[in-house]
Amino acid sequence: MSDNNLLSPNSAPHSDVEDIKKRSDYLRGTLEESLKDRITGSISEDDNRLMKFHGSYMQDDRDVRNERSKQKLEPAYQFMVRVRAAGGVVSPEQWLMMDRIAQRHANGTIRLTTRQSFQLHGVIKWNMKTVIQEVNEELLSTLAACGDVNRNVMCNPNPYQSEVHEQVNEWAQKVSRHLEPHTRAYHEIWLDEEKVADSRDGEEQEPIYGAVYLPRKFKIGIAVPPANEVDVFSQDLGFIAIHEEGRLLGFNVAVGGGMGMTHGDSKTYPQVARTIGFVTPEQIVDVAEKTVTIQRDYGDRAVRKHARFKYTIDDRGIEWFIEELQQRLGWKLQETRSYHFEHNGDRYGWVKGSNNKWHYTLFIQNGRVKDEEGYLLMSGLREIAKAHTGDFRLTPNQNLIIGGVTAQKKKKIAQLIETYGLTDGAAYSALRRNSMACVAFPTCGLAMAESERYLPTLIDKLEAVLDEAGLRDDEIVIRMTGCPNGCARPALAEISFIGKAPGKYNLYLGGGFAGQRLNKLYRENIGETEILAELGPILNRYAREREDGEHFGDFCIRAGYVKEVRSGLDFHD
Amino acid sequence: MLQVTNSPFQQDQADLLNRLLPTLTEGQKIWLSGYLAAHMAAGAPAGAAVPAASVPDAIAPAAAREATVLFGSQTGNGQKLAKKLAGRLTDQGVQVTLSSMIDFKPNTLKKVQNLLILVSTHGEGDPPDNAISFYEFLYSKRAPQLEGMPFSVLALGDTSYEFFCKTGKDFDERLAELGGKRLAPRVDCDVDYEEAAESWMASVLASLGQASAAALAPVAVTAAAPAGPSSDYSRSRPFQAAVLENLNLNGRGSDRETRHLELSLEDSGLRYEPGDSLGVYPQNHPRLVDELIEAMGWQADELVALPKSAEQCPLREALTSHYEITVLTKPLIEQLAALVPGNGLGELLAAGREQELRAYVKDRDLLDLARDYEWQGVSANAFVALLRKIPARLYSIASSPSAYPDEVHLTIRKVDYEALGRVRYGVCSTYVAERLEPGQTLPVFVQENPNFKLPSDPGTPIIMIGPGTGVAPFRAFLGEREELGAEGKSWLFYGDQHFSTDFLYQVEWQRWLKDGVLTQMDVAFSRDTAEKVYVQHRMLEKSKELYQWLEQGAAVYVCGDEKKMAHDVQAALLTILQREGGLSEADATAYLAKMQQEKRYQRDVY
Repeated sequence: MSDNNLLSPNSAPHSDVEDIKKRSDYLRGTLEESLKDRITGSISEDDNRLMKFHGSYMQDDRDVRNERSKQKLEPAYQFMVRVRAAGGVVSPEQWLMMDRIAQRHANGTIRLTTRQSFQLHGVIKWNMKTVIQEVNEELLSTLAACGDVNRNVMCNPNPYQSEVHEQVNEWAQKVSRHLEPHTRAYHEIWLDEEKVADSRDGEEQEPIYGAVYLPRKFKIGIAVPPANEVDVFSQDLGFIAIHEEGRLLGFNVAVGGGMGMTHGDSKTYPQVARTIGFVTPEQIVDVAEKTVTIQRDYGDRAVRKHARFKYTIDDRGIEWFIEELQQRLGWKLQETRSYHFEHNGDRYGWVKGSNNKWHYTLFIQNGRVKDEEGYLLMSGLREIAKAHTGDFRLTPNQNLIIGGVTAQKKKKIAQLIETYGLTDGAAYSALRRNSMACVAFPTCGLAMAESERYLPTLIDKLEAVLDEAGLRDDEIVIRMTGCPNGCARPALAEISFIGKAPGKYNLYLGGGFAGQRLNKLYRENIGETEILAELGPILNRYAREREDGEHFGDFCIRAGYVKEVRSGLDFHD
Repeated sequence: MLQVTNSPFQQDQADLLNRLLPTLTEGQKIWLSGYLAAHMAAGAPAGAAVPAASVPDAIAPAAAREATVLFGSQTGNGQKLAKKLAGRLTDQGVQVTLSSMIDFKPNTLKKVQNLLILVSTHGEGDPPDNAISFYEFLYSKRAPQLEGMPFSVLALGDTSYEFFCKTGKDFDERLAELGGKRLAPRVDCDVDYEEAAESWMASVLASLGQASAAALAPVAVTAAAPAGPSSDYSRSRPFQAAVLENLNLNGRGSDRETRHLELSLEDSGLRYEPGDSLGVYPQNHPRLVDELIEAMGWQADELVALPKSAEQCPLREALTSHYEITVLTKPLIEQLAALVPGNGLGELLAAGREQELRAYVKDRDLLDLARDYEWQGVSANAFVALLRKIPARLYSIASSPSAYPDEVHLTIRKVDYEALGRVRYGVCSTYVAERLEPGQTLPVFVQENPNFKLPSDPGTPIIMIGPGTGVAPFRAFLGEREELGAEGKSWLFYGDQHFSTDFLYQVEWQRWLKDGVLTQMDVAFSRDTAEKVYVQHRMLEKSKELYQWLEQGAAVYVCGDEKKMAHDVQAALLTILQREGGLSEADATAYLAKMQQEKRYQRDVY
């Protein structure tokens, strides 16, 4: 299959990234030399492509880009380091390690991501090796946190059904481990492990991926109904746990979801995954592997914007995929089981799990863990980690669960929560509790508009509208991203903003409350004044005219503000 | 003008000569000098007896047909004056040998007929680089007896340094010890040297000139001097250069502020070469000026005389632009103590309190003096008359004239620090950083530095060591080599505190590296790691390769801080020579001395 790797469905020449991967000798490239170069804080563009597979990429502080250019200084290059933990579960020791390296080597904050990973920002080149070594010493990894491989496997962190969560989480770990790259490059470059000459090629050295890896990133998530925090329909490959009285029966398989698109290119669109059948727990590793290899062999390697799995499926048809998958598996999927999702947001505060342990979900605005004047979140969590014997769970909504607290420890943890004034968000509007924003400025190179630094103030202004309309405690999912690549899964929110230019956003409405339906463009390229002017009347009308239990996204469709989007193919209609 | 102090004549003789000399034609002058020389040679008095010994230290030379002019100069002032003197001597028919001290063969010293020395003092009373070997020779056992050899010394210096003109004084004293006779007394020059230097030259010329008229035709100077700048503008008549750009090179968050200044030289006629310096006349800080006026109880608008001039201007302007108010010197304290006896200042000058005086003047300025002592009733005019003219600051030029025609660029680090309860400002750097805007002008002149020049062969490899603002001339060097398409390899060592904010001209070095104009570059950022790393550490890391470059004939340039950096860099070079070349310490020193003689080891340090 090695040559097949480079074929694209439209037989166009493959993209330059494919060349870089092919030349890289299994992700080595000239990374070691680049890291040693003292004249620049950057690495070469080619090496940066490879760096992603190692869990990091180069950014620069865009706030100072222009002034530095005038000062004859290169951009303030720095690296984002993403630390992967399948299902987002880490130990208190691992939390303390993240806290320590964030203080010492990054910008003093930790970013919890929408895929249950950690991100550090502002790590300079000279500290990269130390950071990655310290991460690995605590048995976490950055390998394959970015790049054209399977990314962090997401898993419902739901504390309500503790036994099911535990079983599902184990399967998430297995899928994650199975799909890890096998190259030794990571260990040689970062962990100073000895170089071993390896003359094996292709699938011998990299059994699942081969020498050029996947055409694009690949995302897997596992949901446990009735909660859909992982936004299972946004995944390339989603599993929906089917359980009965604390017993895991198996998973429905959903394929071909994805958020990213490009402004002005209607051939690109967000898509929701479609369920294609049911498999037993023991079968999911196999299903994951075969699905990945199908994308490896058939994904578009010519045009990266068209290389995600959703396009492979939409181009060839879901039936083609099912057949190809079953052929590779050598067995057939069972019929999809019934399930029901109620929401994709987090449930905050203390809950008691079915294993008699307690869990506390903290509200963390946009996943940013830091100390601010009057809110010492980072310090509070550090003290909790020192006392805690359970685990920490990063939620897909960028929040944090202090999980597995024993009855004896609960008092101590609760005391620390109170001492530091850590919040479950109860004092905030339900809109804020259901909000999510990507990082964007100043570090993200793709950002066209602010996101994390702006959404909180926009919500301040929307809250005035909500208060007036009496909607303060009504849950509405609101998301913002600085560009259309979709890190905060904006296409699934009831209200969403995608950045177009500084201060300008596209406004989308009508997403499904449980993450089951895409939203639709309502207004293009508008600023804050127009945003408030547009949303105010709609929210007021919703307050007056909604039906019993009707969510805002559903109302927007019923009231005719936007048409319902059933498939990504209709997103731009 | 002949004076008692600068000539061997008594007052009435000087008066007569001063009246007579300006009336003589060239022909008459030559006839007269020949006549006098002939009489001297015949042992007969020419007309009336010349009381040659009336000034004990000065003698009339026996037959001044030849003179050797030696200069030791870091910034080029000494060299410039030496050329001027050589030119005038030649005009008088003296056969002149003009040479840098480093190029002078000490074993020919005994044959020298008249030795004229122009030398500056550097740092803590040290000789400039190109004077070191000759200085050491004179103080060594190999120094010959110079019985009766006529000589004279012009010492260049700066009274704000404790060891003012020390090297000149040392030469003067040592030559006398060796038996030499002063043909004109030594003159010590302050920063504003031109007038004092003129009077020394006049007295030297007067002493020598009398004996040389017998020569029929002027003889060419042995070492022909290249033509100097053809501009009308000079140190005493600076050009008002328009500021084109003034920006901070240090990124946000830096402890430093380093200005990159671009000035227009359009229509000035000023020319420079990479390695030259630019003299800049700054203005004093307006707050310091106002506080000084207030402390002294003067009026800002009262008129005072400009330095050495009959012209007047308002006090504030005089203190801002014309007088030095930030430096205390012992001579100034002495004069002020004489001006206002009884306010206690004189006691500071008492014997046994030297240490205290030194400490007092070190970190203080006129405002401290104004506040520490009683000055009531002292007029601004009387006080100001004792002050030095504000001296120009010299900065190594950071641009290649080929790359930026009609422009000159400077790299100036802002100096300010707190001492004795007050923020102290570096005069020029603060002026440039805080108060100089594009569109304004700055008085400048070009200061040639013949001792910091690219090799004449563009194929010669160059090693440049310039941490901090010391990197400025190397921007000029590389710009020049790029324009020339020079083939020679180049290697730059640079360092500062932090990589992310203090990497001056970072993108330019990166571009030159990419284009091959700069072959390699090593950097040391001292505050980025637990252990402080400096350029010399990087040099030692590349010891082997560096030695190979030296063996290939590379020229080494060092620019920047003298006390720490240049000293450590020199030690590193010596270590490398010993380690890689297997040389003894003495041989390594000799190797470096030879490089210096061959102009392959040049320094511009301050």
